[in-house]
Amino acid sequence: MEYRNVLTTCIYCGVGCGLYLEILDGKVVGTLPAKGHPVSEGKLCIKGWNAHAFIHHPDRLTKPLLRRDGRFLEAGWDEALDLVAERLTAIKEKYGPDAIAVLSSAKATNEENYLLQKFTRAVLGTNNIDHCARL
Amino acid sequence: MKRMEPLKRAVAEALRELDGVLALRRAWGGVAPHLFLREEELDELALWPKYPLPRTLQLIQRAHPESRLGIVARGCEERGLIEMAKRNQIDLGRIKVIGLACTAEEAQVCPCPKPYPTILTDIVIGEKIEPVANKMVEEFLAKSSQERLAFWKRQFSKCIKCYACRTVCPQCFCPECTLEDALWVETGRIPPPFPSFHLVRAMHTVGKCVGCGECELSCPAHIPLTTLYTLIRQEVQELFGYQTGESLEAEPPLVLPMEM
Repeated sequence: MEYRNVLTTCIYCGVGCGLYLEILDGKVVGTLPAKGHPVSEGKLCIKGWNAHAFIHHPDRLTKPLLRRDGRFLEAGWDEALDLVAERLTAIKEKYGPDAIAVLSSAKATNEENYLLQKFTRAVLGTNNIDHCARL
Repeated sequence: MKRMEPLKRAVAEALRELDGVLALRRAWGGVAPHLFLREEELDELALWPKYPLPRTLQLIQRAHPESRLGIVARGCEERGLIEMAKRNQIDLGRIKVIGLACTAEEAQVCPCPKPYPTILTDIVIGEKIEPVANKMVEEFLAKSSQERLAFWKRQFSKCIKCYACRTVCPQCFCPECTLEDALWVETGRIPPPFPSFHLVRAMHTVGKCVGCGECELSCPAHIPLTTLYTLIRQEVQELFGYQTGESLEAEPPLVLPMEM
């Protein structure tokens, strides 16, 4: 039997509200606003209150999927990344780098987001980079 | 802190006979609910800020119906446990309550009609202090009907429909919430329709709300919800002679079939 709370920062936008993820027997089961938090002062919006909901959700993607004959099938990372590299290179050669846009995620770390914008600008050669926190 | 050492001793003693004790814990520079399982963890025991612990107790008890649990409960939390037990949301027979009296400063925050437990436990850590009246209620009662309507219209126009008041409330345990039913609450509109959204919730707290104040404390729009619910509690008491959380025997005047 285990019930504890882990402090984290809301992943949904740039405000950075403080919240606790409620952990019951090793599973994240709920969210509590972090009282006394300097940013959010124990308040959350509807998205923050549901910050735990996707963690164990059955629809969450945990493996790369490749579309074959109109159906999504599980694939290995190497295979998926090879295909992405091949297609991005082909699109860039045929239509130019501005035919590509990249959407990053507030659910990724700061460092991962830095890496993605660097990849977009320096490797793909376009400024078309944005993120899901612009909500 | 005068309350900390006696509380630690009471929790440590309870842990010898129980599977765990639900209380507050200092962690990551903040405070959050925690199920204490071992005496060694008690160095991190905390007193404030309060959280809706009865809601957490229900969560743990549902997952472990056979467990013997303790809970460090304030006045509001004891009242909450009583109303939840009356509606089969928690099993009081498997719970040991360790009472904690709020300080005058803590009772001001809510503000609290009875800042210490008296029913479910003989142990109360801390000094029993006087209840704190909700000043806004007095101000509100001096207003005319038109002024009252204008007051709530203005307050509820701030609502961002985050559902915090519903989600944080230990007394909100319906499996399906009317506030998420498009028949009652039009979707995709902020602020939600006046006054139906807040009146649906207010109606559903009748005979249940114990004035813990968690709804107002967690409201990002600073809507004075405790004022609304205090007024409802006063009416329930005047009309039906029922005071929420004050006795295990008294039957609530309104028991919705879906709660049973």
